[in-house]
Amino acid sequence: MSAAGRKVRLSGWGRSPVAICPLLRPGTVTEAIGDGRNASSLIARGNGRSYGDASLNSAATLSTLRLDRLLAFDPVDGLLTAEAGLLLSDLLALFVPRGWFPPVTPGTRFVTLGGMLAADVHGKNHHIDGCFGDHVREFELLCGDGVVRRCSRSQNVDLFRATIGGMGLTGTILTVTLSLRRIETPWILQQTVRCRDLDETLAAFEAARSAPYSVAWIDCLAKGGGRGRALLYHGEHASSSAVPTGRRAPRLTTKPPRLRVPVDVPQWVLNGWTVQAFNALYYQQGRPGSTLIDYQHFFYPLDAIGDWNRLYGRRGFVQYQCVVPTAGGREALLQLLALISAGGSGSFLAVLKQFGSGCTPGQGGLLSFPMAGYTLAVDFPVTPAAFSLMLEMDKVVAGHGGRLYLAKDARMGSDMMRASYPDLDRFRAICSAVDPDRRYRSLLSERLAL
Amino acid sequence: MTDPLFAQAGPVADGGSVMIIGALSDVGRALARVYGREGHPLILAARRVERLTADVQDLTMRFGVPVRSVELDVLDLAEHAAFLDGLGGLPDTVICVVGLLGRQQEAEKSWVQADLILRTNYLGPVCLLGEIANRMQTRGRGCIIGVSSVAGDRGRASNYLYGSAKAGFTAFLSGLRNRLSRYGVRVVTIKPGFIDTSMTRGMALPPALTAQPAEVAEAIWKAQVQGRDVVYLRPVWRLIMWIIRLMPESLFKKFKI
Ligand SMILES: Cc1cc2nc3c(=O)[nH]c(=O)nc-3n(C[C@H](O)[C@H](O)[C@H](O)COP(=O)(O)OP(=O)(O)OC[C@H]3O[C@@H](n4cnc5c(N)ncnc54)[C@H](O)[C@@H]3O)c2cc1C
Ligand SMILES: NC(=O)c1ccc[n+]([C@@H]2O[C@H](COP(=O)([O-])OP(=O)(O)OC[C@H]3O[C@@H](n4cnc5c(N)ncnc54)[C@H](OP(=O)(O)O)[C@@H]3O)[C@@H](O)[C@H]2O)c1
Repeated sequence: MSAAGRKVRLSGWGRSPVAICPLLRPGTVTEAIGDGRNASSLIARGNGRSYGDASLNSAATLSTLRLDRLLAFDPVDGLLTAEAGLLLSDLLALFVPRGWFPPVTPGTRFVTLGGMLAADVHGKNHHIDGCFGDHVREFELLCGDGVVRRCSRSQNVDLFRATIGGMGLTGTILTVTLSLRRIETPWILQQTVRCRDLDETLAAFEAARSAPYSVAWIDCLAKGGGRGRALLYHGEHASSSAVPTGRRAPRLTTKPPRLRVPVDVPQWVLNGWTVQAFNALYYQQGRPGSTLIDYQHFFYPLDAIGDWNRLYGRRGFVQYQCVVPTAGGREALLQLLALISAGGSGSFLAVLKQFGSGCTPGQGGLLSFPMAGYTLAVDFPVTPAAFSLMLEMDKVVAGHGGRLYLAKDARMGSDMMRASYPDLDRFRAICSAVDPDRRYRSLLSERLAL
Repeated sequence: MTDPLFAQAGPVADGGSVMIIGALSDVGRALARVYGREGHPLILAARRVERLTADVQDLTMRFGVPVRSVELDVLDLAEHAAFLDGLGGLPDTVICVVGLLGRQQEAEKSWVQADLILRTNYLGPVCLLGEIANRMQTRGRGCIIGVSSVAGDRGRASNYLYGSAKAGFTAFLSGLRNRLSRYGVRVVTIKPGFIDTSMTRGMALPPALTAQPAEVAEAIWKAQVQGRDVVYLRPVWRLIMWIIRLMPESLFKKFKI
């Protein structure tokens, strides 16, 4: 057991809300088990890259960052077992040089394995490879009843499915076993497609269906005929024959970024005009065509700037990420974009991506976010205007049978949660079975009555 | 791993072996990660050696360098020579991070606590590093890095037993450096201010003056590479302690720190 936690101010990446939480920081799995059994109520926290209140509990928050040891690796089939606090950035630094890559990666590499599993993160390859959880072979979970359970597709299956995407509410994930995939080079062969409106953008996604990775940066503030204009990027891991001989290894960073946002930027700086201007510039600079870029620039463009969340000022920001089903998806997106551009407080850029139906239909995480359709993610500053705008957007999303991503959410109401996650009751029952007192709780679970 | 398409493949250099004494501490663990990354074979020494198993495995997998763990209690003065004989070769670099803040107020009343603080921060490390120094002198090569503390720069009410032992340790390292510099053996003194570790858990530390273990480890490695003698961490502590040392005693004694 580690010493009693020091009280610290914690928040998610959006810096809102903030809570004072005693932070437990066990150094070994054994200590983590001791801490987990002792606390009256707690939640695990990885690297705090979820945006809202998912990894906050003001009774006790257990940081897994010191639990970051590699435990086993099989170089034949790429099966890696590690403690849950291992950072993806460490995994990449260690395994890319050996020719292995994570099966699924979010848009930042400063996340832990436990956080990726608990949010069941998706990447630019969701339409082909599904979610992170689809590539997890097994994990060890310390549950609320104090028992450590090994979960897989053949052992504690219910708990396995509840923990994937379960936002830490089934217990503390201690170790994770996942399969890495072979790569030949650290390069990505990237294609850029400029799309003039939403129909072109959606058509470009269809055309890029067989590309392993695809994502679009969409200009949310463009109105009229240009609504939905976007730059679509798709890419694949470059084979060694695709890399010109004599090309030197890419300059990859293994240290935290040099460039940081040093202060909280006043909120008025990011007003409708500056953002609109930026978006227009960004759209113009995207050069259609194909290039070879290193995996860090392809997957983690924002990681190059440290603390960029300070751009939104002291009050913080929220990211609104929704998914709407394919049927009616185009109309839903048009309505959402109309709301955002009329509101004028949208973010620099929004991300649009097409989800597939997953690679383990009917067997994925009970609270996993993705469904076949389109997902849109937009940042908003924490202002009353933005909050009322998001309520309007909720209606569009709910009306089309879509839902919001818990790893980004900080504001949804419990009604919308209940209506949009059909397996919620089953999830609750599984939690109660291994945690009769529901000791695993977070500000998110209280807000949404999970 | 010599595929030119990949950057930073495999251990960089076959540096000399490094022994970390106090390897279970946060600073010790961070040091192992840095020196392992730089390609040095590692010897991890700690009291409860069985708790190092996962770290040995982790370091081996991460960096592909030879790593082993050895049991050592620096307070077993009589065992030091045998311990070193048993290593099967003297390490090229030895880093000692052993320390104990202890409970000052208890130590003011009980010699048992005072004795433990003094022996853990001074006598134990001094006797062990002294024996290692003799052997390195004979060999004509080596580097000893001692982690002391700014607490040794001036005694304060809140931790002067710890501070006085660290003062002694700092003076020991200085004397050792002076004695060995002509024999090809280097001695580096590290003086951290605050580090965010289990030693300070629960204390309210000013973030700007508090270093993370990983940062301390990088700085120690850099100090060795650059041939530094005395290093404050974070560097701003050199200035702070300079001012604190300059204060006249008549004034200093009135401060509550
Ligand atoms: C710039 C940026 C880009 C992003 N891009 C994407 C993206 O493309 N796709 C995507 O899916 N997500 C994306 N995210 C979100 C991010 O991947 C997830 O929020 C992820 O969960 C963060 O991991 P973390 O280690 O920081 O976990 P935290 O944020 O600390 O925690 C997230 C959740 O996981 C739980 N948790 C963490 N560790 C454990 C554990 N050991 N046991 C049990 N529960 C645990 C917490 O309780 C919490 O509910 C992005 C975030 C940022 C900041
Ligand atoms: N934290 C700070 O703010 C700070 C500031 C200035 C200087 N320092 C110094 O930095 C060094 C590292 O400290 P830390 O902060 O990482 O604290 P720590 O976690 O308490 O580390 C102290 C280490 O010393 C070991 N140790 C104690 N007695 C020992 C003995 N008899 N034999 C062998 N090992 C023994 C402990 O081993 P076990 O794990 O077996 O207990 C532990 O690993 C110490 O020298 C400390 O004085 C720390």
